[in-house]
Amino acid sequence: MPEPVIEARNLVKKYKDFAAVDDISFDVAPGESFGLLGPNGAGKSTTMRMVGAVSSRTAGSLSILGLDPDEYGPEIRSQLGVVPQADNLDEELRARENLLVYGRYFGLPRRLVAQRADELMAFAQLDDKVKAKVDDLSGGMKRRLTIARALINDPRILLLDEPTTGLDPQARHVLWDRLFRLKEQGTTLVLTTHYMDEAEQLCDRIVVVDEGRIMAEGSPSQLIRQYSSREVLEVRFGSQNNEVVARELEGIGDRNEVLPDRILIYASNGEEALGAVTERGHTPITSLVRRSSLEDVFLRLTGRSLIE
Amino acid sequence: MSVQIAPARRSVNGPSALYAGNARSVMLRGWRATASTNWLVMVSGFFEPIFYLLSMGIGLGALVGNVEGPGGTEIPYAAFIAPALLAVAAMNGAVYDSTWNVFFKIKFSKIYEGMLATSLGPFDIALGEISLALIRGAMYAFGFMVVMQVLGLNLSWWALLAFPAVLLIASGFASFGMAVTSYMKTFQHMDWINFILMPMFMFSATFFPLSVYPPDVQFVIQALPLWHGVELVRGLTTGAVEMGMLWHVLYFAVMSLVGIVFTTRRLRALFLD
Repeated sequence: MPEPVIEARNLVKKYKDFAAVDDISFDVAPGESFGLLGPNGAGKSTTMRMVGAVSSRTAGSLSILGLDPDEYGPEIRSQLGVVPQADNLDEELRARENLLVYGRYFGLPRRLVAQRADELMAFAQLDDKVKAKVDDLSGGMKRRLTIARALINDPRILLLDEPTTGLDPQARHVLWDRLFRLKEQGTTLVLTTHYMDEAEQLCDRIVVVDEGRIMAEGSPSQLIRQYSSREVLEVRFGSQNNEVVARELEGIGDRNEVLPDRILIYASNGEEALGAVTERGHTPITSLVRRSSLEDVFLRLTGRSLIE
Repeated sequence: MSVQIAPARRSVNGPSALYAGNARSVMLRGWRATASTNWLVMVSGFFEPIFYLLSMGIGLGALVGNVEGPGGTEIPYAAFIAPALLAVAAMNGAVYDSTWNVFFKIKFSKIYEGMLATSLGPFDIALGEISLALIRGAMYAFGFMVVMQVLGLNLSWWALLAFPAVLLIASGFASFGMAVTSYMKTFQHMDWINFILMPMFMFSATFFPLSVYPPDVQFVIQALPLWHGVELVRGLTTGAVEMGMLWHVLYFAVMSLVGIVFTTRRLRALFLD
């Protein structure tokens, strides 16, 4: 097995008494697409900042590309591409200028940066926005420009902190397509997300993080198999009744979960489960049978839903 | 895949490594940004002291007549206030770039956060931004000196040395201004800067000599930086040069140094925890 490009052991980050990251260990292999999945405040961004060599750890060991960020911060950062959670594009510069100027921060020669900027504007599908003001770009375009900027130093690892938060569905799909291409080219991707579909689309392997700890680890399908059933039946009886009805539905499927607005019944066959519900004399207002997702895994692991 | 890496200084590394020897990329960014967005503000900052010189020096000067210059000789009022306004021009240029511009970048546009995700360190940013502010101050000052020359207000060849003196003044204000700004949290805090700059401009022996104040007040004014700038430049443009002026030079050298040290430390604390 090749040397991991990121190796974290018992990583801890404390702010005064509060442990934002509490004893996390994971490896990322070269070319792998690795996801940190968890709700807001789980410690994902803090972990990303430590991996990005802009935040020092309180305890544990961390190796990025074989180097310790406590000793080789700038060397590590020069080989990373960072897409932060909030766009921090330079709004006083035009779109392509953002890439040019950013490349110079790495001390790269002007000509090389100019050539890469052209390639990356094309890759980000922003050919016709070269001279556009950043402010005039749509949310999706800004994100793609941020990704292009993160690639200007030809990084060995691309760190993406919630890359599609706040984007509309179409813009998300365009972005996923771009990221998938990078993955195909062999770029190592590390991303955080609280979107299950994003993790399922992009990640080879995931750790589920909650309150600074890793709850589970595996590929999306492994996690679903291990912590959920094949299908899920969602039934609604009105928010007043869900609690009462759920008790009477016990025994149908593997288990059920009561949310404020609906009941989730985990079963290998959702249609059969729905049949069993009506047999017991309960007719839901609405019902839906779907495949199990990482959302269900998270709910199972933490007892809470991801997006509250 | 090979990546060319900017040579990083090995002495203090880690996330908090200070310097990658690449402050010029920060300056390059500033030039491009100024060229595309801020140039009008720049132009207005250039004309402000010139308008003061014309209205007060020429207009008011006609009423005042001659005044006693630093060497005890009689000089026209315009020649008395012109060097003070030159020091003010340097101060304004340097302060504009190093306070409001920097505040905006720290608080809102997150420019430094982006820079520090690359191989740059906080000292690159401090040095680059302060140099930019210094260059702006120098440009204002140079333009103002040309106007002074045209109006015949440079009374001595020593005036040539006023230019490097003004660079030093700009450097002190830029460096110190950025340091102070990096500790500011809200717009209200930023208003304090104007609250201090305005009276300092009016009362630092700019428009009348220090001797009009009672001794206690003189002491306060002599502690403030602009007075040192005014005295230094006035001595040079009027030709009343003396050894004591080296104290003014020392004042600004210390101010520059203290400013850049605190700026670097503060940027590190803010963005590289």
